Amino acid sequence: MTLYVVRRLLWSVVVLLIVSATTFVIFFAVPGNPAALIAGKYATRQTVAQIEKRLGLDQPKPVQYLRFVTRAARGDWGFSYVSQQPVLGAIGQAFPKTLSLTAGAVAVWLLIGIPLGILSALKPGSVWDRLGMMFALFGISAPAYWLGLVFLKLFADMLGWFPLGDYTEIGRAGVLSWAHHLVLPWVTLALLYAGWYARMTRAQVMDVAAMDYIRTAHAKGLPYRTVVGKHILRNAMLPLVTMLGMDVAYLFGGAVLTETVYGIPGIGGLAWRAIRMRDLPMVMGTVLFAALFIVAANLIVDLVTLLLDPRIQREG
Amino acid sequence: MTSPAVAGAEEGAPAFSMWREAARRFRADRWAVAGLLFLVLLHLCALGAPWIVEGALHQSVFRQHMMDRVQVNGQMVDVVSDDGLPVGPNPRFPLGADLLGRDVLSRVLYGARVSLLVSCLGTLLALVLGLGAGLLAGFRRGALDMVISRFVDAVMAIPVLLLAIALASVLRGGSVWVVILILGLVNWTYLARIIRAEVLSLREKDFVEAARALGARDRAILLRHLLPNLVGPIVVFATLSMAGNILLESALSFLGVGVRPPTPSWGNMIEEGMLFYNVAWWITLFPGLAILLTVVSFNLVGDGLRDALAPGSRERRVA
Repeated sequence: MTLYVVRRLLWSVVVLLIVSATTFVIFFAVPGNPAALIAGKYATRQTVAQIEKRLGLDQPKPVQYLRFVTRAARGDWGFSYVSQQPVLGAIGQAFPKTLSLTAGAVAVWLLIGIPLGILSALKPGSVWDRLGMMFALFGISAPAYWLGLVFLKLFADMLGWFPLGDYTEIGRAGVLSWAHHLVLPWVTLALLYAGWYARMTRAQVMDVAAMDYIRTAHAKGLPYRTVVGKHILRNAMLPLVTMLGMDVAYLFGGAVLTETVYGIPGIGGLAWRAIRMRDLPMVMGTVLFAALFIVAANLIVDLVTLLLDPRIQREG
Repeated sequence: MTSPAVAGAEEGAPAFSMWREAARRFRADRWAVAGLLFLVLLHLCALGAPWIVEGALHQSVFRQHMMDRVQVNGQMVDVVSDDGLPVGPNPRFPLGADLLGRDVLSRVLYGARVSLLVSCLGTLLALVLGLGAGLLAGFRRGALDMVISRFVDAVMAIPVLLLAIALASVLRGGSVWVVILILGLVNWTYLARIIRAEVLSLREKDFVEAARALGARDRAILLRHLLPNLVGPIVVFATLSMAGNILLESALSFLGVGVRPPTPSWGNMIEEGMLFYNVAWWITLFPGLAILLTVVSFNLVGDGLRDALAPGSRERRVA
């Protein structure tokens, strides 16, 4: 058990190393000298060389990579080539926005997706089921950024219920204004996931409801409510919890499209701008930051499953 | 959970009956059939675009004599309304005109060609990569499996969209071929995982053991015994990945790193119209609807195929 946990932890580190190496290699291929980019158009060759030296760009690439990894492990993620801001500082500024977006969206999609899935599964073929699954299909098929534009046109421009874009800090403008600005982004992001969760919930509940022990529970005369609540739902929800963990971790890495459409300065937008500017330290920072959550969520899910279900014997 | 092909093989039933049975189940799924019909129609429209709409309308208006009037069938037609905006939907331009005075309907149809082609070739590339990696990892196991699996884990730990943007910015995106390459490179990991898991369970089955006992080589076992049993998951993956690719391609184009204008793609049409969504809503609404309907159809067909090919599988839709 301990051995498995240690092994699993080591593997997580290996995966993170591969992620960082992959990112480095992708940008290693980028033509153009970041030092020249920083120095500006009219810099002399000496200035460029100086900057190269300061950033360690004169070193061989593998040395540069090793230096990055050892520094990153110690918590020094470097400075942006473009804004000269510390990478961790920029991430620290952007993360609360991404967190606000994610937290609200999670609440919305759970409130829509789970009840819809349960309702559909308990009455398969009914009007509810059909409407619910049509809604879910719409959710997983609509492009988020387009949905954002449609919502802005409908609810902000035509009806005037919500502000047009603009993000406000919760500390500066108060909870109400913050939420008011975020309703449309929340719903936009949540619709996609609500679709997936409704479908997953429905499938899970139907799977469990077809089990023998459910028939037994019915047969021994338990009230319908008890069977559904205690026997079906409790078992059907377990896989959804792990799915939720993974999705939340994923969204902590930023929702590029939703953030772009609504002008939310979160992690996704930060990463996107960094990639477009070829700002390698910032790219590495944001990608690793996102990967960190995903890898951690994987690890937690595996360990929790191991704890809950001792039958699973992983070879590691 | 055994796939129907395995069940068929074990019972010694002839192979074709499984496909006939699957086709019957698929036909019984009205929604899936509707999706398939829409897709057929869409492909016909995309292929026939030059005959359906007048070529001049989707090309840059700069080829026309004046920016605000274009010649259609020898008649001059306004493409700019009195307030200086492009004209909205009207009999001449059923879906309105865009900022450069191009017909949105024509561009949606020409955009379909680009979006479908890119998604389709991207899916094919992902199929080749994913199938190769999955078969190798599952069949060879050992160190090779470990290397491939860890690499797949790592690629999947990078958010798909970020990976795609990163590749696009490095590969100097813009051409259709680069977008295809990107779609293939970010998508194969899912199939690799599915195939690896399937192969790991299939290779322990009795019929593989029997084949091996009869002296079949690895190649023969892979091609004659394992691959046919993987057709179901592969077909389902391909269909659902078409849906995903249409969305991803349009997202990349929307972010400005996908197919570059003036080549119309549904995503870059939305991007071009984005700033004017509140005054010239038709420029963004219709390409988005095209994406939505196409993705819905691929998802319907994919769900239908999954239910038809693997009747025991989850998420069975009753409709």
